[in-house]
Amino acid sequence: MPSHSVSPAIAELRERIAHLEGPGGRARSVLPFGLKDIDRRLPGGGLGLGCLHEVAGGGNGAVDGAAAALFTAGIAARTKGKVLWVVTRPDLFAPAIAQAGLAPDRVIHVEAGDEKALLACFEEGLRHGGLGAVVAETARLSMTASRRLQLAAESSNTIGLALRRWRRQTEAGDFGQPTASITRWRVSVLPSRPLPVPGLCRARWLVELIRCRAGESGDFEVEACDDTGRLALPSEVADRSPQKEIGRRIASG
Amino acid sequence: MAGRTGRRRLITALDANAERLGVRIGMAVTKAQALVPGLIIADSDPAAETEGLTKLALWALQRISPVVMADPPDGLVIDTTGADHLHGGEAAMLADMIKRFAASGVEARAAVADTWGAAHAAARFIARPAIIIPPGESEAMLRTLPLQALRLDPETVSGLITLGFETVGELLEQPRAPLALRFGPEIGRRLDQALGRIAEPVDPVRSPELIEARKVFGEPIGAAETIARYIAKLVDALCLELEKHGLGARRLDLLFHRVDNTMQYVRIGMAQPVRDPKRLTRLFRDKLETVDPGFGIEIMVLVAIETEPVREKQTISSLVEEPEPDVSDLVDVLANRVGDRMLCRFTPVQSDVPERSVARIPPLAPETGLTWEGDWPRPPRLLPRPEPVETMALLPDHPPVWFTWRGVRRRVRRADGPERIRGEWWKRDAELTTVRDYFRVEDETGERYWLFRSGDGEHEDSGSQRWFLHGIFG
Repeated sequence: MPSHSVSPAIAELRERIAHLEGPGGRARSVLPFGLKDIDRRLPGGGLGLGCLHEVAGGGNGAVDGAAAALFTAGIAARTKGKVLWVVTRPDLFAPAIAQAGLAPDRVIHVEAGDEKALLACFEEGLRHGGLGAVVAETARLSMTASRRLQLAAESSNTIGLALRRWRRQTEAGDFGQPTASITRWRVSVLPSRPLPVPGLCRARWLVELIRCRAGESGDFEVEACDDTGRLALPSEVADRSPQKEIGRRIASG
Repeated sequence: MAGRTGRRRLITALDANAERLGVRIGMAVTKAQALVPGLIIADSDPAAETEGLTKLALWALQRISPVVMADPPDGLVIDTTGADHLHGGEAAMLADMIKRFAASGVEARAAVADTWGAAHAAARFIARPAIIIPPGESEAMLRTLPLQALRLDPETVSGLITLGFETVGELLEQPRAPLALRFGPEIGRRLDQALGRIAEPVDPVRSPELIEARKVFGEPIGAAETIARYIAKLVDALCLELEKHGLGARRLDLLFHRVDNTMQYVRIGMAQPVRDPKRLTRLFRDKLETVDPGFGIEIMVLVAIETEPVREKQTISSLVEEPEPDVSDLVDVLANRVGDRMLCRFTPVQSDVPERSVARIPPLAPETGLTWEGDWPRPPRLLPRPEPVETMALLPDHPPVWFTWRGVRRRVRRADGPERIRGEWWKRDAELTTVRDYFRVEDETGERYWLFRSGDGEHEDSGSQRWFLHGIFG
């Protein structure tokens, strides 16, 4: 946020707002993505730690939530401490989460019977304060529920990740309803770059920052999480960079 | 087994073989011996049997529910209200119970019903090992059962049979007054108990070595805040007692005796032995909403059902090493909310078959430091069982050109594979030759799926050569 050319009146107002927001309102620590394009859009240069964030999949991803789960696992992998992962449908395959950088020792999985129990577990995890991140795969998230979760996250400085996932494609319109979360993301898959040989290269995602409190929204085309949970910007060079090619030629010659 | 009734020796218990040969309970020993030459007869020891039953009851008390009572000569009464969901539902609870009894050599039949009387009858007079009578259907079930199901004494039963009654239903149709005049009030009482019209309190077994704290109220209490306050006091008292013994609680029961002579209870479980009053009070407070005080609570009893020695740990005081935050209290809170089995950590298993490569371990198990080996990407969503898809693919090792899954046809743009996974012949003989070839395929929109062909595409015995979808990549 630009801090220059601020009149004393505005500075005073800011101070008062900060006072109203309570401790940690402004001086929140953040978790940067490590990609300048994305971090630039987020207030503080990264995902706020004591905040609730929403992630959903686009297209068929709204139902299977596969890309969204990896995106979320990548964020959780970069926090410190244990991670609580609450689900109602037990179809998460743990090896994939480990491949996104979230070691199996760090994740405690909870299978809640219904949405109500899931939200209760989510809130409990956020209030505890000893966890690195709490992930919950939820379909419904009302304004009231998300407000409670946001307050719980603020009180303990734990990052809350609501992975929105619906039973049917038609229910995904629910994602337009307002909630109290700080950011809202949609992750959709894109066709990957063709390789010169048969095979698949790193998956490519369209990550849309649909809503961001005190920040701008934006679309980013990124390459999927690597084994430490980091995204990457796709290189636009056709096959591989010429620099590398020259280096290899020298090495082999 | 033979026992003495007055001056007659009667058969009191028998095994399945004897029953097949025609021996029946209640038969005179001499008659049984005449019927089956070489019958092995042992004298029954009622005192030892009662003792054994009490031991079983104490075991059930620790495993299943806080309110358990021995029902001599051959039964256990367990109040499972509010305990079944912790065992995965009533059916799973019964199956588990019967299996555990069978493992210790006891053949048991179990039934769940609205009332003690109905469950007693169903367990003994319906020839199935596990019976669940849905709420409100006890009466219909009871009507078809014979008179013996009502827990009446044998003289009354034989008197009723002389009068021409056979089933409970026929007895229910009759006016009560003449029956009471002839046989006394017992018949009406048993009928009402079985139908739940009058209460039949269960007096739970207790072992003298259990540590407990107790509070009797002069005036019955009912307000939630009052109950919460006394819970805190009881927990404090119990924790002091636990500290004296150097123990921590793994399982606690809080029993509320109500003024109408019924009982309510709350049970909490801990992943590690705990004797921190704050934590325990918190766990009880979460469950308080499930307690119905009715007209008031007279007595509250807090019992430590399972205890373990507590090992005190030194906290890390170094400035360099940051202490790992303790999450055991959170695990306890969640386990008591959603059930113990719903919490887990996943750990790798040495198996290439995807669905076998993951095992569940308790959330607080020591860290293994293991992770899954291999560079092949795994999908974040694995279908509970592989779903068949229609495909067109070149044999033997080409990925499909297109496939149809759940009615949607997708063209495969790019693919990677095959990753060949062989059957584990040391697990099942049938897997000796089976093969699965896994492919990662990407369709036109960029969605990636995990398909496999059952079989190697060449040999008939390696599988059905059909295609399945097993997972979805992100």
